[in-house]
Amino acid sequence: MTTHNSRDAAASHDSLHSSLASRALQITFAALLGVFVLGGVGFSHISAVHNATHDVRHANAFPCH
Amino acid sequence: MSLFRTILFVAALAGIGTGLIASALHLFTTVPLILQAETFENAGEETAPAVTTDVHEHAPGTAAHSHDEEEWGPADGIERNGLTVIFTVLTGFGFGLLLVAASEIAGGLKGWHQGLLWGLAGFAAFTVAPGLGLPPELPAMPAADLAARQLWWVGTVAATAGGLALIAFGRSPLLAVLGVALVLAPHVIGAPQPDSHESPIPEALHHSFVVASVAVSFVFWALLGGLAGWLRPRLARPAG
Repeated sequence: MTTHNSRDAAASHDSLHSSLASRALQITFAALLGVFVLGGVGFSHISAVHNATHDVRHANAFPCH
Repeated sequence: MSLFRTILFVAALAGIGTGLIASALHLFTTVPLILQAETFENAGEETAPAVTTDVHEHAPGTAAHSHDEEEWGPADGIERNGLTVIFTVLTGFGFGLLLVAASEIAGGLKGWHQGLLWGLAGFAAFTVAPGLGLPPELPAMPAADLAARQLWWVGTVAATAGGLALIAFGRSPLLAVLGVALVLAPHVIGAPQPDSHESPIPEALHHSFVVASVAVSFVFWALLGGLAGWLRPRLARPAG
């Protein structure tokens, strides 16, 4: 998170523009983390992962099998 | 607190709370129906020819392995249900990250009621829209190619979420019309369907499963949105 903190620091004493850019980056990172987590739970083609998440995938109507 | 950490903590806490309650609901509603469906699936396998489990040879450089039916899977009972709890919590965390991140673009959730409305939008985008073309399905049911269904699912979710955003935040009739068109587009294209819908699963069992799955999903999204909206003002410091 070093790059992240430096962006925060820049945003705190810079123009509105850089603050907006910092917000956009942080929102994007959070959303990408969400996509990564959901990809692992709901979309993995790895057999062991599929078996572990099997009931959750069916119950939540993620495409399965 | 940085915005990223605020989103992370709100999504984590809302995801844990939602996941624990939703997984309890699943264990009493959808999971017994999945187990029931597997008895039809296994009945079909017993009449099928025995599967060979021989280790076979590939091109040089490929590690020896075997394709058998004994790939790792959790034991029925506590292990299997425990994983369902864990992964439902992770699902709550993942969807929570998307919900909170999207709401930050619109200025951040101000309270539980606003969060609840965002949760309803999540229910529409992640359950109703993909469920129209690809209803919740039980094991042993026929289905089209997995990758094609996953692609349609992701595309439908993205188009629905984008369309709803245009309808909610667009300030002109043209944007609203564009939003409606975006929501409709995946259904005009149509979800990948199997060659035949013939299935060993009784229609009544599948119907019960669809109702249970969609109903639990509704509670899931209402809780996730409501909790996230309640937590967001409490975790975000004015200075952050």
